Amino acid sequence: MTATAEMTKNLTQPELQAAFYDLDEHDHPEGGSTMLGFWMYLMSDCLIFAMLFAAYGVLGGSFAAGPGPKDLFDLKLIALNTAMLLFSSITYGFAMLAMEKDNRGGTQLWLLVTALFGAAFLFIELYEFSHLIHEGATPMRSGFLTAFFSLVGTHGLHVTFGLIWLFTLVVQIGKKGLIPANKRRLMCLSLFWHFLDVIWIGVFTFVYLMGML
Amino acid sequence: MEVVDHSHWSPLLGRLWWDAMPQEPIVLATFVVVALGGAALVAGLTYFKLWGYLWKEWFTSVDHKKIGIMYMVLGLVMFLRGFADAVMMRIQQAIAFGGNEGYLNAHHYDQIFTAHGVIMIFFVAMPFVTGLMNYIVPLQIGARDVSFPFLNNFSFWMTTAGAVLVMASLFIGEFAQTGWLAYPPLSNLAYSPWVGVDYYIWALQIAGVGTLLSGVNLIATIVKMRAPGMTMMRMPIFTWTALCTNILIVAAFPVLTAVMTMLTVDRYLGFNFFTNDFGGSPMMYVNLIWIWGHPEVYILILPLFGVFSEVTSTFSGKRLFGYSSMVYATLCITILSYLVWLHHFFTMGSGASVNSFFGITTMVISIPTGAKLFNWLFTMYRGRIRFELPMMWTVAFMLTFTVGGMTGVLLAVPPADFVLHNSLFLIAHFHNVIIGGVLFGIFAAINYWWPKAFGFKLNQFWGKVSFWLWVPGFWVAFMPLYILGLMGVTRRMRTFDDPSLQIFFVIAGIGAAMIAGGIAAMLVQFAVSVWKREELKDESGDPWNGRTLEWATSSPPPEYNFAFTPVVHDIDAWDDMKRCGVTRPTAGFRSIHMPKGTGTGLILAGLSTVLGFAMIWYIWWLAAVSFLGVIGYAIFHTFNYKRDYHIPVETVEATEAERTRQLAAVGA
Amino acid sequence: MSYVRTRGIGLGAPPMRPPESRPKPRQLTALAKVLAALSLTGALSACNTVVLDPAGDVARQQGDLVVISTLLMLLIVLPVMAATCLFAWRYRASNKEAVYQPDWDHSTQLELLIWTAPLLIIICLGALTWVTTHLLDPYRTIGRIDANTPVAANAKPLEVEVVALDWKWLFIYPEQGVATVNELVVPTGRPLHFKITSSSVMNSFYVPAMAGQIYAMPGMETRLHAVVNKPIETVGFSANYSGAGFSNMRFATRAVSDADFAKWAEGVKAGGDKAGGTLDRIAYLQLEKPSEKVPVIRYASVAPDLYDAIVDMCVEPGKMCMSEMMALDARGGLGKAGIRNVEMLAYDKHGREAVAKANANPNAAIQRELAWVRALCRQMPGTAPDNTVKAPTNLRSLTGAGMAAPQSLPLFGKGEQALSQPQAEPVAVNDAAHSSQISRN
Repeated sequence: MTATAEMTKNLTQPELQAAFYDLDEHDHPEGGSTMLGFWMYLMSDCLIFAMLFAAYGVLGGSFAAGPGPKDLFDLKLIALNTAMLLFSSITYGFAMLAMEKDNRGGTQLWLLVTALFGAAFLFIELYEFSHLIHEGATPMRSGFLTAFFSLVGTHGLHVTFGLIWLFTLVVQIGKKGLIPANKRRLMCLSLFWHFLDVIWIGVFTFVYLMGML
Repeated sequence: MEVVDHSHWSPLLGRLWWDAMPQEPIVLATFVVVALGGAALVAGLTYFKLWGYLWKEWFTSVDHKKIGIMYMVLGLVMFLRGFADAVMMRIQQAIAFGGNEGYLNAHHYDQIFTAHGVIMIFFVAMPFVTGLMNYIVPLQIGARDVSFPFLNNFSFWMTTAGAVLVMASLFIGEFAQTGWLAYPPLSNLAYSPWVGVDYYIWALQIAGVGTLLSGVNLIATIVKMRAPGMTMMRMPIFTWTALCTNILIVAAFPVLTAVMTMLTVDRYLGFNFFTNDFGGSPMMYVNLIWIWGHPEVYILILPLFGVFSEVTSTFSGKRLFGYSSMVYATLCITILSYLVWLHHFFTMGSGASVNSFFGITTMVISIPTGAKLFNWLFTMYRGRIRFELPMMWTVAFMLTFTVGGMTGVLLAVPPADFVLHNSLFLIAHFHNVIIGGVLFGIFAAINYWWPKAFGFKLNQFWGKVSFWLWVPGFWVAFMPLYILGLMGVTRRMRTFDDPSLQIFFVIAGIGAAMIAGGIAAMLVQFAVSVWKREELKDESGDPWNGRTLEWATSSPPPEYNFAFTPVVHDIDAWDDMKRCGVTRPTAGFRSIHMPKGTGTGLILAGLSTVLGFAMIWYIWWLAAVSFLGVIGYAIFHTFNYKRDYHIPVETVEATEAERTRQLAAVGA
Repeated sequence: MSYVRTRGIGLGAPPMRPPESRPKPRQLTALAKVLAALSLTGALSACNTVVLDPAGDVARQQGDLVVISTLLMLLIVLPVMAATCLFAWRYRASNKEAVYQPDWDHSTQLELLIWTAPLLIIICLGALTWVTTHLLDPYRTIGRIDANTPVAANAKPLEVEVVALDWKWLFIYPEQGVATVNELVVPTGRPLHFKITSSSVMNSFYVPAMAGQIYAMPGMETRLHAVVNKPIETVGFSANYSGAGFSNMRFATRAVSDADFAKWAEGVKAGGDKAGGTLDRIAYLQLEKPSEKVPVIRYASVAPDLYDAIVDMCVEPGKMCMSEMMALDARGGLGKAGIRNVEMLAYDKHGREAVAKANANPNAAIQRELAWVRALCRQMPGTAPDNTVKAPTNLRSLTGAGMAAPQSLPLFGKGEQALSQPQAEPVAVNDAAHSSQISRN
């Protein structure tokens, strides 16, 4: 006889049913797994960046008799760029605080400020890219530039998608208000946005600082 | 070598031109047959007015059970394609001796072996495994659906989109001629200039999205949606292996995505990740692809280990021996599978210490695997083994897989690998584990859970015919390859000089013919079973005296799986409930909250297919339009907030009343 | 920058032991062979399983290892298979005699057994793997001619430079100054030292009767050490798929006596049949073009620096050598000044068809451009490290006694420079990168 059978041998059938079935079940709130699922997605995304970092680690010294980081990077510009992204993370934090207070207008406002900083970041990055390409330092030029453009460009693409998502959410908050579904989406975007920040810190340190210093 | 000029490009159609139409007569004939068959299918569906039914009940369904079945159908269809490739290779190799060129030219043959590998791994084994997990896991953990039902539907259609692209390559253009992992520099634009490798890249990339999302989905489901009382150490073993598999998927597929993207930018934009020149490193590709590739092997086999555990325990009428050691063995394999990738290329010239490290870690994996085998063995020990079809497949697996595992460990000894690497011995080894492990497991699973999915058992006679053709057929087909490997014959050869080898290839061809018989018998088995479904009917919902929760509900289960969520007190929850004599509650039902079907997954995957196709053929305007379409439609979808509904209590009551009648009829 | 450079653990320090005292599973081998004859079926022994019965000592040891490992694993595999059949039969449902214990699911002793039994086998196999992987490392010079004959102290190995082309093999004999296509002739009983590369895609150089295979990769060099012990006529081939003509990438391989080999080389030098004249850069660029089923060609002379230029991917006029490029990269590249020098680096962007696009006046181009390129190549310090592991090396580390402490793993080339500084001990060679790219520093 199993342990459970031993324990339940004196129970009546209704008691048994109550022990083995959840007879008083309520609707499960929607989105109970969303944060976990989104976190796992982020971790998988993190692996993509890990691969790009690894590729940079392998190819980062293959200048193909061309220019290296010291010849190409403008650390001041990148510092400015980094500041933009860090500011955008802070303002996203303010948006979340406003959301906690159920302040719809405030949330939207801070989101738009975040978008502004995000767009500034992208603008500076595109400026840097166009400058490099104009000089002839294209991703086709060397393994180093390939890995550099891919890593930084993938991050930039993520920021672009984050911006599209952010604008979508601003509209959705406008239409529906701060309903639970929208709050959940704001939480996800928040994770995503800060995640991109963390990745950028890695890029800034590993690619730019270590390349220049 | 004849060089065909494919440099034509037009803004409207890109590289697509008449020369993309089938050139080889075999392909042309296949095209005609498939086109006619497809037309007949479409006509039939239209005539019987089935489109609406399919669209509403299947294509747009977010029910994990229906999606699971659709995955299995996809796997089966692609299996027939992949097997056709195998047969063509066997015939070619059986006749191309001593100056005979066989019937396939290099361009065609090289596509066939590449497509065979790609299809069998990505579009047969993966859909089968994902389909099984989709169907079984929520039922086993007492859940009503997966965590993200819409994503589940989307994942399925993305996998299908990848399969559609691979199939399209058969008739429009060409597939890759690189081998299934498309090593650069061969797969670089310089050495594979036309569309073959691009088909490969986009098919894998699109299907990979589906696989990754379904991995995330199932992990969240298993972590978050287990029935009350089901602690981790009370989860059914199949669910455990599914969890580990999905962890592997989430941790491995991004690597594939990244590597494929790197190859894409190399080919499309002239980047230098894997080029010979400008400081690229082809060896980096080989490393990265195997960092995905080796875990992939365990992604395929782990769930089937779970299946064998369930089957052995059920048909031995006995608790699984060493549940916890089984769990720890699974976890060990999961972790170790990331530490062995280099054993796929000992011959690249790594130092002896590096090679021995990876050789030894590989051998270490055989310890938990061996422990698993012993656990099944001791589950049988002092049991009452009923040799139904699932159990027959399991015993065949235990005998076959052991040999495959042994040759695998042998290949992990670097000096032995130096003489056997890339040989037919290797081919025999991995077919030994993939057929003997994955496919036999799939067959066990199909025979085991079919009654659950459809409410009737599978025909025994044709099942046994299939079994007795498959298992000896496997050995006849692959034993010669082991021997040929020891004779120093390498893989992917189209023609041979040494006529003394021919007999072995002929024997292998006979084995392939036996397997073809086995496959045919299996199709007959399905047909006969459907035909005689009334005779084979199982109304109890528990035809095998099962032990886990999926057997606690009706067959097929209602949309909501369980009217009342079961509460778990022990491993083998359903067996526990049966022993305690619990009857099913027949009153007090409530309305049930369920997700609503949507066509978004199908539409997004359809647009992705168009995007992939446009990218393959350099049709830039179409690529831009379909890309914007994907983004736009995805955003549009997020504006739909009404994604659920309630099954009214009356419907639940009616369904459950029917179930009560059913159970009364079988006297349960 | 290659992965394969991560060679961390040195092979220890002197004193050295004579080569014949290697830890040998030789008695075991004899036993193994008897058992092998029994266990491998008659069908198997009837056919020519060259992997298990090769003519070369290295391949022989590898083949023996296949048998020994298999037997070791059969120790556990056979009982498992027997038990499977036994249990399946004994505990069938119709056998009511058998004990039935539906709730018996745990036994600590058994659990211990099922984890330790495979573990013990793997420990044995792991030890065997460690030792044999080092002893049969293709980069290691052979320590013996066969089981009873050590390599003579003054023996000079025959060097053969191997190039995998689309889709044929080029063999260059620097010592003899000749070259062949699709024909490998070697003397018996003399250590062979192959240097292997490829012109376009990855191949694998494999002569089953001689020794195990190793990849041939463009822009890099791999090594293989071997010996053939008796005169044979056999084949070698590419064991890694490389495109449409792959099936015909076979080459006749002959092992002949020293005298016959010398005679053969003289014959090639003198011209004779299948004569291809001189293999210079122009001839090579012509040869390099994709072709299939190429009959044997024998070149009476070879441009002395051709092979190095092939590995360096700078045979074509006007190309920068890889070694030079890498040496420049190691110093931080050429800066913006070098940004436009794309043409001299492009190697495979134009594809197979254009690989050998002829220069308008190739001779002049060679004179003009290669002069300085080669000069640069040759001056690069330490460009082509010799990664060969010398045998006999100290075997203590292999047998576990006195194993050298692992040295720090060089990461991404940074640490390598430090390691490749000249060290006093000759064994320091082991630490340097192992494979291939002659200069991917």
